[in-house]
Amino acid sequence: MKNGWRNSTFKVNFYSWLFLLPSLIFLTIFTFYPILKTIYQSFFQSMQGEHDSVFIGLDNYKYLMEDEVFWEVIKNNIWYALGTVPTSIILAMMMACFVNAKIRAKSWIRTFFFYPTVIPTIAIANIWLFIYTPGYGLINHILSWFGIGSVNFLGQSETVMAAMIVMIVWKQAGYFMIFYLAGLQNIPTNLYEVAKIEGTSAWNTFKTITFPLLMPTTLFVFIISLTNAFKLVDHIIVMTQGGPNNASNLLLYYIYQVAFRFWDKGLASALTVIMLMIMVIIAVIQFFSLDRKIHYS
Amino acid sequence: MKFNFKKNVVLTLTLFLLILAGCTNSTTTKTDDISKGSKKEKIELSFYFPVSVGGPVTKIIDQLAEDFMAENPTIKVNPIYAGSYADTMTRAQTSVQGGNPPDLAVILATELYTLRSMDAIEPLDRFIEDDYINDFYEGFLENSQADGKTWSIPFQRSTPVMYYNKEAFAKAGLNPEKPPKNWDQLLSYAKKLTIKDGSGEVEQWGVEIPSSGFPYWLFQGFALQNGKNLMSDDGKEVYFDTPENVEALQFIVDLSRKYGVMPKNVIDWATVPSDFMKGKTAIMYHTTGNLTNVKNNADFEFGVAYQSANKSYGSPTGGGNLYIFKDIPEEHKKAAWKFIKWLTTPKRAAQWSIDTGYIATRKSAYETKLMKDYVKSFPPAAVARDQLEYASAELSTYNNGRIYQVINDNLQAAIVGDKSPAEALKDAQQEADRILKPYN
Repeated sequence: MKNGWRNSTFKVNFYSWLFLLPSLIFLTIFTFYPILKTIYQSFFQSMQGEHDSVFIGLDNYKYLMEDEVFWEVIKNNIWYALGTVPTSIILAMMMACFVNAKIRAKSWIRTFFFYPTVIPTIAIANIWLFIYTPGYGLINHILSWFGIGSVNFLGQSETVMAAMIVMIVWKQAGYFMIFYLAGLQNIPTNLYEVAKIEGTSAWNTFKTITFPLLMPTTLFVFIISLTNAFKLVDHIIVMTQGGPNNASNLLLYYIYQVAFRFWDKGLASALTVIMLMIMVIIAVIQFFSLDRKIHYS
Repeated sequence: MKFNFKKNVVLTLTLFLLILAGCTNSTTTKTDDISKGSKKEKIELSFYFPVSVGGPVTKIIDQLAEDFMAENPTIKVNPIYAGSYADTMTRAQTSVQGGNPPDLAVILATELYTLRSMDAIEPLDRFIEDDYINDFYEGFLENSQADGKTWSIPFQRSTPVMYYNKEAFAKAGLNPEKPPKNWDQLLSYAKKLTIKDGSGEVEQWGVEIPSSGFPYWLFQGFALQNGKNLMSDDGKEVYFDTPENVEALQFIVDLSRKYGVMPKNVIDWATVPSDFMKGKTAIMYHTTGNLTNVKNNADFEFGVAYQSANKSYGSPTGGGNLYIFKDIPEEHKKAAWKFIKWLTTPKRAAQWSIDTGYIATRKSAYETKLMKDYVKSFPPAAVARDQLEYASAELSTYNNGRIYQVINDNLQAAIVGDKSPAEALKDAQQEADRILKPYN
């Protein structure tokens, strides 16, 4: 009896491993090995063009602690996340509720909300480059009707980050709307019927039924948008190259600069390890604290 | 049960192996085909090039490659557009590190030190015949030669020049044939050329000097006009924070912040020519590489002049050279050299200059009938070439990418008003000294 039980767990385990094997191999090659190698490399100094690297312990990390650009980039990334994540989520939720209601031309409006998602970020960045152009760009053109002077949105440190945030929210809100739309359609309609019979106000209905039951979707969207805030840097390459004076530089773009413009592999690896740690911390917080408070229907 | 289990295991494993085998098989056969094909028929050259100016440059390069292949049927040139100068450099470096370098590429002449310290490029002396190299302008060879060897061949070379709108000059009561000659004139003309509407909004700026991407280049012009170059000849020292340079940067900042004749904050490199052609600015500083683009698209008369002088005229050279990479087969190197020689024949250099506005890099190109006729019909075509007399090598040091980043960041900080010019240049100097320390 005991033997048979062990035998079957072995079998189950064996099967699971067997089925996991293909993805495990790819994960090892493309994720685990590079992570370990990056951590290893972050302890070395490799001068440009030289093939031998020197072990320098934690010096790369010490350098970063004193590196003004690094702190600027971290600060920017936090503002960028604070600017994009909540706004995208609220906007997406509002858009989803709007197009879920019985309105005319529903599918047309859905399409309009969704289409920025379909366009590649590079193309979007080019479009917005024109929108933000001082003088005759779209926004400045509209501003001039109200007698407001030309604003160089991408050329000054005060506005460049806000300009990027608006663009990214515009791009990703439609994508998140799709998840909310699916979430809304999963909420049983009889709950709303009850609310109607009870005479609950629209706001209370949203507060007590829609919002809590959308929580799993919100968690999912929150994770995606927060990681996006660290992952999406394509637009920087097109629009500002991190300028003026690093005012629009983000962590991942800085890693790119250090790795492929300066060819300082050790420092770039150290930066990557820091980015990895930030991502892990985010994931841990989300899965272990937020997850418990969410009611999956 | 037991039988089933085994069978399933075998099935899964076979399936998995089949998938793996499928992947590997298809890729190997593919590469085999390519290498076999090229060995049998043609030598295939990959050729990276950047585009940094307006106009149909990609088309022109594709056409050049096709013309070359028509004359040389054994060689196939694949021109690959690789983005900006910085992107092209990154792409080439990445390919070199990956053990798969391009055969040849157009890369900034200033990347010489970096490419050499990577051991990525081939010295070209053994290919160069007779006095071929002596026909090139010395100003352009400065960034191409080192340690008594020639490492690259000047190709799309430029200097910044001043473009000015003659109609706007006439309207402002200035002589359209007399562009500003020095900084004082530049400022006083720009004041006259700045036009505001009723509500105080600027309709036409006096001057625009781009400051996105690589602000060091145009700043270097002002530094040279006010004293000496930004770096030592061996690329191991920089001189950013001299009083003369502070004065030069102060002048640029004052144009926008004090006198209001130039837009405030960072001015985008690529939008400046469209501003000029739309009449949004009366004067612009830009590369001569944009000359043909402006000529074809401006619907007003415009002139081209030297950048204004202060103590003297001065200008950095700029632009890209042709490099041949090291770790490629010998027959590829020979073929690449053949293509380079073909590209730089006087007649073709002249045609390239006419098509784009870049300076023809060889003296004899200006002796061709083609070029002589063109200069006669369009005198601005010779301005950049004549300005070479006052030109010095472009900023180029060891660990170039980092030095550029440091000076660019600090110049932008001064331009947007985060730092004073003196502070910005002092910070840049300190940081640059630290970066260059290992080389001294």
